[in-house]
Amino acid sequence: MADKQELSVREKKELVAKEEKTIPGRYYVPYADIYETDDALAVVMEMPGVEKKDLNVALEDDVLRVDGQIDFSKYKEMEPVYTEYNIGHYARSFTLSNKVDQDKIGANLEDGVLTLTCPRRRPPSRARSPSAESRREFDRQALTSS
Amino acid sequence: MAVLLDPFEALASFQQALDAYRTSSWLDPGLSGSGAYPPLNVFRKGDDFIVIAELPGIKKSDLDVQVKGRTIRLSGEKTVGYPEKAALHRRERLAGRFDRAVTMPIEINPEGVKAEYRDGILAVFLPRAESDKPKSIKVA
Repeated sequence: MADKQELSVREKKELVAKEEKTIPGRYYVPYADIYETDDALAVVMEMPGVEKKDLNVALEDDVLRVDGQIDFSKYKEMEPVYTEYNIGHYARSFTLSNKVDQDKIGANLEDGVLTLTCPRRRPPSRARSPSAESRREFDRQALTSS
Repeated sequence: MAVLLDPFEALASFQQALDAYRTSSWLDPGLSGSGAYPPLNVFRKGDDFIVIAELPGIKKSDLDVQVKGRTIRLSGEKTVGYPEKAALHRRERLAGRFDRAVTMPIEINPEGVKAEYRDGILAVFLPRAESDKPKSIKVA
């Protein structure tokens, strides 16, 4: 992986949801990084413009659903003269496996970046670190994005 | 722009308004800066201009805003970090340096320029210079 990375301009990806929204307005899919450490799986999403009060993270039937609303009343009385990107709410959902301790998922929103930490479920009987085999299994099952 | 009265329709009509202005080319790269990152939206509020960019996850100390004449320059570095020994499953967020300069069609009062960074959004307020404000001519 190259250290020097170019910052390029990407068109925001509009959300194509399984179920339709009842509120008019466009939704976008936040860019996400997913990584895993020995203890947890982390999902990091870019949602610029979303405040904590307008963020909703819900877990239902193993699906972790993130919804960030833009408070565009800040744009009141502002008239666009030149625009290069559109704004909209953000939504994305992930299916979690049973390897994640669903009661201990943590969320932190800072500077428009949401970090969800999903701790790995520890088998109560053994305290040793997971074997390479079980870890690969975790890798495979941990997350599938929808 | 339409006055936004109905909160349910407001976002949709605002998004339409934003789309409608994605045609002009006056912010094309000039001589003073390179690159097209970050994408910018320029708004007018009364006489003044506001430039807004989405820059999620940047430290304020890594962000530099300069104004000279009619040109504003946004530069800095966006970093994306992972803990050591992390196994990456997906990598969509971009990192790197950026440097962009754009020239406004109005004369700016450099004393009144304000920059604000909140929730991953940078807003630069550019008050129009008093000498540049249009005069109303009374029709006799």
